Amino acid sequence: GYLHFTKKKKKTFLRTRGSETISKAGTDQSGVALVINRPPSNHTPDTDPDPDPGETTQAVFTLNYPRIQIPFEITLWVLLASFAKIGFHVYHKITVWVPESCLLISIGLIVGGIMHSLHEKPPAVLTSNAFFLYMLPPIVLDSGYFMPTRPFFENFGTVLWFAVVGTLWNSIGIGISLFAICQIEVFGVQDITLQENFLFASIISAVEPVAVLTVFEDISVHEQLYIVVFGECLFNDAVTVVLYNLFNHVAALEVVEAGDVFLDIGRFFVVGLGGTIFGALFGFVTAFTTRFTGKVREIEPLIIFLYSYLAYLIAELFAISSIMAIVICALTMKYYVEENVSQRSCTTIRHVIKMVGSVSETLIFFFLGVVTITTEHEWNWGYILFALLFALLWRGLGILVLTQIINPFRTIPFNFKDQFGLAYGGLRGAVSFALAFTLPDNIGRKDLFITGTIVVIIFTVFIQGITIRPLLKLMNVRKTNRNQETINDEIHKRLMEHTVAGIEDLCGQWSHYYWKDKFMKFNNRILRKILIRDNHPESSIVALYKKLELQNAMEVLDQMSGDISAAPSLISLHEERKNASKSRKKFLSSDVTNMHELLSKNMYKIRHRTVSYTNKHTLPDDITAREILMRRHTSLRRSLRAGSFHGTNAAKMSQKYFSLPMGRSLNSRFPPRRLVHADGDIESEINYSSIRHPQRVSSKAVMPLRPLNTLKEVASSVNTVDGQNEEQRGCRRSHLGSNVSRSGHLTSHLPHGSSRNCSDGDHDAWVEEPQNNSDVQHPLMRRPHWLPQKPHDK
Amino acid sequence: MGSTNSTLLKIPNVEVLMQETGFSPAHIIRLHDRFKALDKEGRGHLCPHDFGAIKELAMNPIGDRIIGAFFSPGKETVDFHTFVKILAHFRPVDKDRPKEPNSPEPINSRSNKLKFAFQLYDQDKDGKISRDELLQVLRAMLGMQVTDEQLESIADRTIQEADLDRDDTISFEEFRKSLEKINIDHKMSIRFLR
Repeated sequence: GYLHFTKKKKKTFLRTRGSETISKAGTDQSGVALVINRPPSNHTPDTDPDPDPGETTQAVFTLNYPRIQIPFEITLWVLLASFAKIGFHVYHKITVWVPESCLLISIGLIVGGIMHSLHEKPPAVLTSNAFFLYMLPPIVLDSGYFMPTRPFFENFGTVLWFAVVGTLWNSIGIGISLFAICQIEVFGVQDITLQENFLFASIISAVEPVAVLTVFEDISVHEQLYIVVFGECLFNDAVTVVLYNLFNHVAALEVVEAGDVFLDIGRFFVVGLGGTIFGALFGFVTAFTTRFTGKVREIEPLIIFLYSYLAYLIAELFAISSIMAIVICALTMKYYVEENVSQRSCTTIRHVIKMVGSVSETLIFFFLGVVTITTEHEWNWGYILFALLFALLWRGLGILVLTQIINPFRTIPFNFKDQFGLAYGGLRGAVSFALAFTLPDNIGRKDLFITGTIVVIIFTVFIQGITIRPLLKLMNVRKTNRNQETINDEIHKRLMEHTVAGIEDLCGQWSHYYWKDKFMKFNNRILRKILIRDNHPESSIVALYKKLELQNAMEVLDQMSGDISAAPSLISLHEERKNASKSRKKFLSSDVTNMHELLSKNMYKIRHRTVSYTNKHTLPDDITAREILMRRHTSLRRSLRAGSFHGTNAAKMSQKYFSLPMGRSLNSRFPPRRLVHADGDIESEINYSSIRHPQRVSSKAVMPLRPLNTLKEVASSVNTVDGQNEEQRGCRRSHLGSNVSRSGHLTSHLPHGSSRNCSDGDHDAWVEEPQNNSDVQHPLMRRPHWLPQKPHDK
Repeated sequence: MGSTNSTLLKIPNVEVLMQETGFSPAHIIRLHDRFKALDKEGRGHLCPHDFGAIKELAMNPIGDRIIGAFFSPGKETVDFHTFVKILAHFRPVDKDRPKEPNSPEPINSRSNKLKFAFQLYDQDKDGKISRDELLQVLRAMLGMQVTDEQLESIADRTIQEADLDRDDTISFEEFRKSLEKINIDHKMSIRFLR
């Protein structure tokens, strides 16, 4: 049955002849409101040959439900799930304490409850085909595309170790233990064979610890852990599905021989590796195709999606691991594609992938909730509880043992807190549920398995998901005593952390450097030439600054507030003198607490890259990195005119310009060797030879903006200030902070072989530019070029 | 990655270097590889823009100060020896080192680590952290939401806590005293440089 409005039943006649819905008598079907499957069954038999006289005319208003039924229902479900998501963020704190999967399942449960009480059945959409062919690819593509490549490859060994070996350990452990339980007569589950046990075990060992990454971030667990967790989640899906298929296949066999087992193991590797190679191939083909899409930008995102999906499908065709294929495809093509496609296509791709991926996942969790209430469950206390127990136990053991083995190989070993986080944070996710639900029907105890899976998922998601944050905080708090710290301590500690992070970056990563180096050489020489269209490399920093400026400019235009570059990064001597005359202030303890709070909230965290992948459900956001770079950029630029700047005036007025340089200013000097794409995975080289490119407009169109009126004021103030403070310029310069002295250094010794493109018939928007700037080669030192024709120019 | 002996021989004065810094030969070789990789033009020394090309360092709030610490005043290049000696500051402290009475303090002693940190604040190298230098560092490390007034009160409070002789600046001794409780070895060490 299903919900329908039956008001009109008496008045209308229904004909179910084919697709004919409007007969001569003008009857039509009664409107059906909420949802779902079956075709309307409430037709009154067409016994009355005489139609109601009132219906003889053509109906003006008709409803034709069956025609739109399927798309309509799908849309409604997705919309409902989206409303749920919107609802969560109404009260921000919820998402902090409760993982999103938790909330989704709750909503699903509620809806399921409603449906159950109305004696409805949920749509039979979650079939095996629908899941594997439509719902899983977006989820996996999402994980693969947003995987941060460099940390991933640097920790590749660890990730694989935990993901593959860990999952295997779990599955086999749980499988065997459960089989042992099955032997105990009292539970009454003796009919479950070993293979079926393994199958069930592989389903419930797929963890999705992403939900706890946000918690890790807050308690500053080491960055390495993020990568392991992320990678584990990703490969987990792959491993689980492979295992599942394997065991499925094996479960169908009557007799398992030893030879079969070895074949299966071999098959496991073939499947995995085959998927990888396949994916890489498709990745390269995609990259190659995008090389030629210069003129048809609109279809660029489409190409990406099509190729990824194609990789998936063809891998399914050959029964190799389609998940691995699509993930590796996404990983390889991302690097090249993001250079070839336009900025907009890039954004589109990211948004669409994120959107479809999260919709898919949301739907699955939603179904979980609904199905929990509405299906027939087979409950067996012993089996299910033991399954839960073993799931937790084996995961904990697994992490412990694996960490012990791999710690000696790691540069930064995992401590107990890390391990606890990993083990306890092993929530089960959408994939487990889907796999259970789509078990083939020939498994005798399918319902039991479904119930068991649901129990495990709900337990881990709710109990573990909600309690992990307080637990980890507790463990963390015992080690540091925050309230005893002085402001001094906090600041200096943070400075030291930044220093150490900086030095670590300086030293680079030890172990994988050799291979990465080789690969990058190969990449530059061969791959980039083939796969990238406009191989006009730019230095990474330059490209990054351009991108940042573009984004920044667009944002400021969008909302005329919050001008990042307005923050003074140089404090002048003048201000200090002003304040030195103040008497010593008295600080209340509440002031101090406020300061602590201010500091802890606002100080930049170390290595912002962790932020980008803590939240699976949103797009990566690099706003803090942007702030730092913008500030640095403007301060460096400002320091060019350092001698002529009076601190306060500069801060007030000067930063209202947008210095989007035309193509030639940043690009023109920097010849060949660009190694990194604007996304931020890095290999940075700036080649400072003195080759000079003729004026070349950047392929990424940079929109030049008009300077605002304040430009003139600056120029004039600069004049006056200069005149007055001539003699003070020397000493002021020395006090204006590191940036100035740095620029002094740099300007003096950079190679002079460069030509002076600054003075090439250039316009004098900047009146008092010190002359030595024209020698400056460093992109950060370059002053911006303005369009020659500007209405505001003198 | 190259045979150890031959690479070691190529580096001038490597014995002295190892003794001064306490690095093992393997470390010296790795650092040399890294030095060469950074020195793109093969000049044998590094310039500020070589450091600037490291993207993560550019995104570090105090990145330019760190780079500046490598260049002693007046010098504009860093050769391998200086590079290694600066990095030696970040070696974890050797706990079992015998206390030789006449040997100079090792580069990675607690005191030298503190001096390195102090140097990051004190850009004009006058031996004191003035209020304005502190403000600069604070501004670099804090996000956009902090107003200038808040910044200044934080700076004032910092100076107040540390400044014992009431000259409104923080000298090295005061700096060292204020950080008594913090485990500097742990904070200013990089584990893989052991």
